[in-house]
Amino acid sequence: MISYLLRRSAFLLVSFVIAMVAIFVLLRLLPGDPSNALLSVTATPDQIAAAQAQVGADRPVLEQFATWFGQLARFDLGESFISSLPVGPEISARLAVTVPLTLLAFALALVISLVAGFVAATRADRWYGILISGISQLGVAVPVFWVGILLVSVFSVGLRWLPSGGFPRDDWADPADALRSLALPVITVAVVMSASLTRYVRSATLDVLGSDYLRSARAQGSGRGEALWRHGLRNGAVPVIAILGIELATTFLGAVVVESVFSLPGLGSMLLKAIQQHDYPNIQGVLFVSTLVVLVIGFLGDVAQRLVDPRLRVSISGNR
Amino acid sequence: MKKNIAFVALGLATTLLLAGCASGADSSTASAGDATIEIGSLYEPQNLSNFGGGGQGVTEAFNGNVYEGLYKLTDDGSVAPLLAASNTVSDDGLTYTFTLQDGVTFHSGKALTSADVKASIDAVLADDSQSARKSSFGAITSIETPDDATVVVTLAERSISFIYNLSYVWIINADATDLESTEDGTGPYTLGDWKRGSSLSLTRFDGYWGDAAANSEVVFNYFTDATALSNALLTGEVDIVTSVQSPDALSQFTDNADYVVSDGDSTTKEILVFNDRVAPFDNVDVRKALYSAIDTKKLLNSIWGDYGTLIGSMVPPTDPWYEDLTQVNPYDPDLAKQLLASGGQPDGFEFTLDTPSYDPHPVVAEFVKSELAKVGVTVNINTISADEWYTKVYKAQDFTATLQEHVNDRDVVWYGNPDFYWGYNNPQVTQWVAEAEASTTTDEQTAKLKLVNEQIAKDAASVWLYLYPQIVVAASDMSGYPVNGLNSQFFVYDIALN
Repeated sequence: MISYLLRRSAFLLVSFVIAMVAIFVLLRLLPGDPSNALLSVTATPDQIAAAQAQVGADRPVLEQFATWFGQLARFDLGESFISSLPVGPEISARLAVTVPLTLLAFALALVISLVAGFVAATRADRWYGILISGISQLGVAVPVFWVGILLVSVFSVGLRWLPSGGFPRDDWADPADALRSLALPVITVAVVMSASLTRYVRSATLDVLGSDYLRSARAQGSGRGEALWRHGLRNGAVPVIAILGIELATTFLGAVVVESVFSLPGLGSMLLKAIQQHDYPNIQGVLFVSTLVVLVIGFLGDVAQRLVDPRLRVSISGNR
Repeated sequence: MKKNIAFVALGLATTLLLAGCASGADSSTASAGDATIEIGSLYEPQNLSNFGGGGQGVTEAFNGNVYEGLYKLTDDGSVAPLLAASNTVSDDGLTYTFTLQDGVTFHSGKALTSADVKASIDAVLADDSQSARKSSFGAITSIETPDDATVVVTLAERSISFIYNLSYVWIINADATDLESTEDGTGPYTLGDWKRGSSLSLTRFDGYWGDAAANSEVVFNYFTDATALSNALLTGEVDIVTSVQSPDALSQFTDNADYVVSDGDSTTKEILVFNDRVAPFDNVDVRKALYSAIDTKKLLNSIWGDYGTLIGSMVPPTDPWYEDLTQVNPYDPDLAKQLLASGGQPDGFEFTLDTPSYDPHPVVAEFVKSELAKVGVTVNINTISADEWYTKVYKAQDFTATLQEHVNDRDVVWYGNPDFYWGYNNPQVTQWVAEAEASTTTDEQTAKLKLVNEQIAKDAASVWLYLYPQIVVAASDMSGYPVNGLNSQFFVYDIALN
């Protein structure tokens, strides 16, 4: 297991470095001049030159590359081209929105899909089991922002229960206030995420229900619930855990999309604005953090899967 | 297991709903003078400096509210003294002596002196300044501070707009640092919190030298999506929207007694810009033909409904040299065909229209295309990003025609600059613009700029399609908000909750 952890960590580090280089290079390959975002339609030649100097767009790409990686090594994400403000503090301020949004949405999606998937599998012959399967099929095809707009028009503009967007100025100083702002975005992401998760849970449960070991357990006298609890849960959990890492990363991306629908000051709105303005340090900063998050989630997912499923430990790492 | 999970789900859902109802009541229930005014805007500042590309958001939030100039541009377009108590001008018009208001202190507590004024003007003139007003102050040769309350500015040549241009220069504490995320001005508000990507709050400054603000706090809430902004107004999360950018959402407010929709004057002009240097647009008749081929009234109506104004030239009604010139190039397709013939294009021609990808330009481009097709001119729409527009059209001047909005007031003078991107070069106009600036009286300046205004219309230097409306929507219990959007400023100190 330790050698596996070491190998997996090395893999994590290498993929991260490759990702960072790719992000840097791809941004520079895009057409566009970041200094343009500083100009007005009456900019003078002097001001055009000053804008180019401010963003450092006149410096050689290799030098920019060296500067950025040098800063990264010191955990410094640099300064925005456009605002001249440091990138790191802005990202950490925005994580206070995106991280709770992602985790709450993921938790809610997990709860919904475990219940719905289990019911859909164990009651596959009842009308509500079929209904759940149908809805989850449909849910996979629905875009996140559309659900967001729908929820706003019902619960916010219609019923006035929840705010239509925004986040408290004092962040989490009043947790109830912050939760109120996050309620609709969380539900939006959770509803969409739970559709695909429900399908995974349902098929995993169906597999377990039709398995030989469960039948054997029942034959030895276990009740249906006890057999499922003692034997079904762990077996059924393996395929679900395998996709949880990917699903969590997808939830993170969903959160990023939904932020602009709800005017939330998270990473997603920061990224969108930075892309519009060709603000490379901000784009690189956000992608740095999000790539790191996704890769670490993948890492943890793989490790968790090994802990739950002894067959993986024996057959793969044991042989190598 | 099923039961447990169901409980957890129920618990979570209840928490969310309770959180929803707990603080559902409106928060602005304080007494009138201590109200917090929630403003909704689409223009978040990039940073808090107006020298380093802060954008129009910082003007909206800070101009006149946090920072003040020696003069201010009032909501009706006139110039009034602010931090300057009085001024004298020498007979040759080259020396301006300003006496500062008494008892003015910065938010940091330091008293305002002439040294701060000098430093603030110097900052606009600095080599690395991004200030949009830098070129306006080219005539300044020296700034003297004989005593703490007096500033003497000497110019190389007469500049009738000098006082007006000073209304754009914020007077900032000369000792202040980090003006990108903090401030030190003299205005009726200090900066409260700036939560980037979300909101910026202003708190009433108790040591303000003039009349105290009518409210204790103003919060600018920033949105990137116009629908989200409308929803926030509908649900009472914001009280006032500074500038509605699409008429679609307006119907929810126009027939609703809870809201007041104000249709004010803006200075933003939607322009079909020709490259006047290149054929066929180097020919006046061709340009006039295209102007007469486009039904601008129908265009304005299709985009803004009953809002907005038609203009026949670059000058909006709030500029002192405005004249109604909408009939100089009337909508008349037959006249357009005659002008095309006399311009050497009897069979029409084909050209590429570089169209910025954001609203309203793509819709305008389609309209222009269909109108010009009726007189035999084919338009190829080439959609480009804002970034490409600057690189291709503005810097390289590599275009035949483009669409762009020009937001500032008093910007007709750009037609006197033959190097400007649209390449309009009429030496007579260039001379009038220079003479206007060297005028001894504002009447003389106004007369000269009216000549400019008339001439560029006769030459159809560009097609001025329409003037944007400035639409402010407010809850009906609000009063004292500005209704005109001159240069994106938005004075908040008179806003009160009734």
